[in-house]
Amino acid sequence: MLEKDIIVKERDVLERVGFVLDEKERSGSFILLDNEEMASNYSEGVTLYSMGKAVQEIKGVKGKLWTLVSKEKDQWTKLAASQPPRGYFIHVAKGVKVDKPLQACFFIATSRLTQTTHNLIVLEDGAELHILNGCATASYVNMGLHVGITEIFVGKGAFLSYTMIHDWAEQVEVRPRTGVYVDEGGKFISNYITIKKSKITQSYPQAIVEREGSAQFASLVYAPANSIYDLGARIYLNGQGASGEIISRAISGGGKVYSRGHLVGNAPGIKAHMSCDGLLLEEKGSIIAIPELEANHPDVEMSHEAAVGRIAEEEIEYLMSRGFSPEEAKSLIIKGFLDPEILGLPPALQQEVNKTIEMIGEGSL
Amino acid sequence: MLLIENLWVEVEGQPVLKGINLRVKSGETHVLFGPNGAGKSSLFFAIMGFSRYRVVEGKIIFKERDITHLPPHERAKLGLGISFQRPPSLRGIKLYQLGKLMGKSEEEIKRYAEMLSLNGLLYRDVNLGFSGGEMKRSEIFQLLLQEPDLALIDEPESGVDVVNIGIIAEAIKKLLQKDMPILERKRSGIIITHTGFILEKVKADRGHLLMDGKIVCSGNPEEMFNEIKLKGYKECVKCWKKTL
Repeated sequence: MLEKDIIVKERDVLERVGFVLDEKERSGSFILLDNEEMASNYSEGVTLYSMGKAVQEIKGVKGKLWTLVSKEKDQWTKLAASQPPRGYFIHVAKGVKVDKPLQACFFIATSRLTQTTHNLIVLEDGAELHILNGCATASYVNMGLHVGITEIFVGKGAFLSYTMIHDWAEQVEVRPRTGVYVDEGGKFISNYITIKKSKITQSYPQAIVEREGSAQFASLVYAPANSIYDLGARIYLNGQGASGEIISRAISGGGKVYSRGHLVGNAPGIKAHMSCDGLLLEEKGSIIAIPELEANHPDVEMSHEAAVGRIAEEEIEYLMSRGFSPEEAKSLIIKGFLDPEILGLPPALQQEVNKTIEMIGEGSL
Repeated sequence: MLLIENLWVEVEGQPVLKGINLRVKSGETHVLFGPNGAGKSSLFFAIMGFSRYRVVEGKIIFKERDITHLPPHERAKLGLGISFQRPPSLRGIKLYQLGKLMGKSEEEIKRYAEMLSLNGLLYRDVNLGFSGGEMKRSEIFQLLLQEPDLALIDEPESGVDVVNIGIIAEAIKKLLQKDMPILERKRSGIIITHTGFILEKVKADRGHLLMDGKIVCSGNPEEMFNEIKLKGYKECVKCWKKTL
């Protein structure tokens, strides 16, 4: 599937979102090209099917759909539900740990297209997987709509890192809807990175975390003029000793960023923290931080911090005194602010994301 | 190297320097004394050209060039360097990365890091979560990489333990070419200090006492320091008033 003309032709676009054509570097590949699914798996213990095939051939897949995200939630979930399910089904068998990341790409190659996807990820107890999702439009596409439903089950003691890099065209509207269930002692990390202009991106994934489990949602956003990013996450900490963290780093280069978060502590011994940091580079832009903490048990430890403002003159001049021009100093500070190291990724994936940030950063900052 | 003539500087409308005259020759090391708030750090920031420090009168000449209105990075390129008393933290910028961006080789970076026992901090964000002593060492480390012809060193020893003061003093000596014969020394430095530790190790040529934005007394740095230590700044004020 990776030899397909359009894929080879759009190689640069794909690589920018972490999708490589060299199969050796990945444990599996999936592409949704417009609304056509392609999947190929190269790992033992992992099942990677297109959703169209999975609902027909694998027992129990159909029954799991729409259990973590409600069909009736809004117009976008309704739209997705009205379409045949397209996307990926990923299953990792009990205790199987996959080192190399699995890559998936949602690619819009036709202008004005509406792309709907429905993905399901199931990690059995003790399994480990790293998924790198790239979303992009072909270089000549400037308009479209992407609606993505994703439901994720992380088994007991399992670990899933789920990284998403967006590189949509200017007039693309993006509406992901994600639900996550983290069983006892499981660990889920979600990373969202976008440094390119898109019309509007609105996403508010929800996670339910059981005893001793943990969930983290991190986002690195650069919002150029005329873009709107409305991003948040909600974590229900339902089991004793569960923990949750929401980290948001947003830069507005004239765009509007909402960074929301809702942490719900329902059990004793839970820990939850949220941090929002925003940098405003232009007078026209705005960053709105809306952290919410909800404690429903006295024995919880929950906190949030938010700081929004311009780049500190002191930091710029500090670098200038070392010989950097004001432009170089600003660019360094901005890149540092979007440091992917805060994501806590495994080293291989970290390098991948570093490369992407470097590449996208050069172009847009 | 540096010539300051009748320098008046304001910060947010408040005068902080009131007619400073100072001359530092090539190869010389000067020391600035003075109570807190006298304007010592302000003088450094004004020499470096930071925007909050507005020159209302006077001139700063560096290497025979009037730099009074140059931005900091151009002054840095001409050979000025500063180590901060309280540097800001740079999130996401690693100390090693900064060294590389300053155009230094891995070998040089490692060598100076070794000298300042900073190996453990090379891959940390610059100054973020550094202890007082680590910050000072990181500042001197950056100056060593920068190799300025005139180094402005602001309280290199405050908050530093005895062992590390020794390390910092050695690095400053290297920075100011104290290992070379006097005639071959090219680099100059101005050091702000409140203690004698640095002075014991880094021999200075001249001392200046700054009070209320003015240089009120200049002379042999060790003698001046001993006087201040014995009698405090009050005695200096008396001495100064006598000369008025």
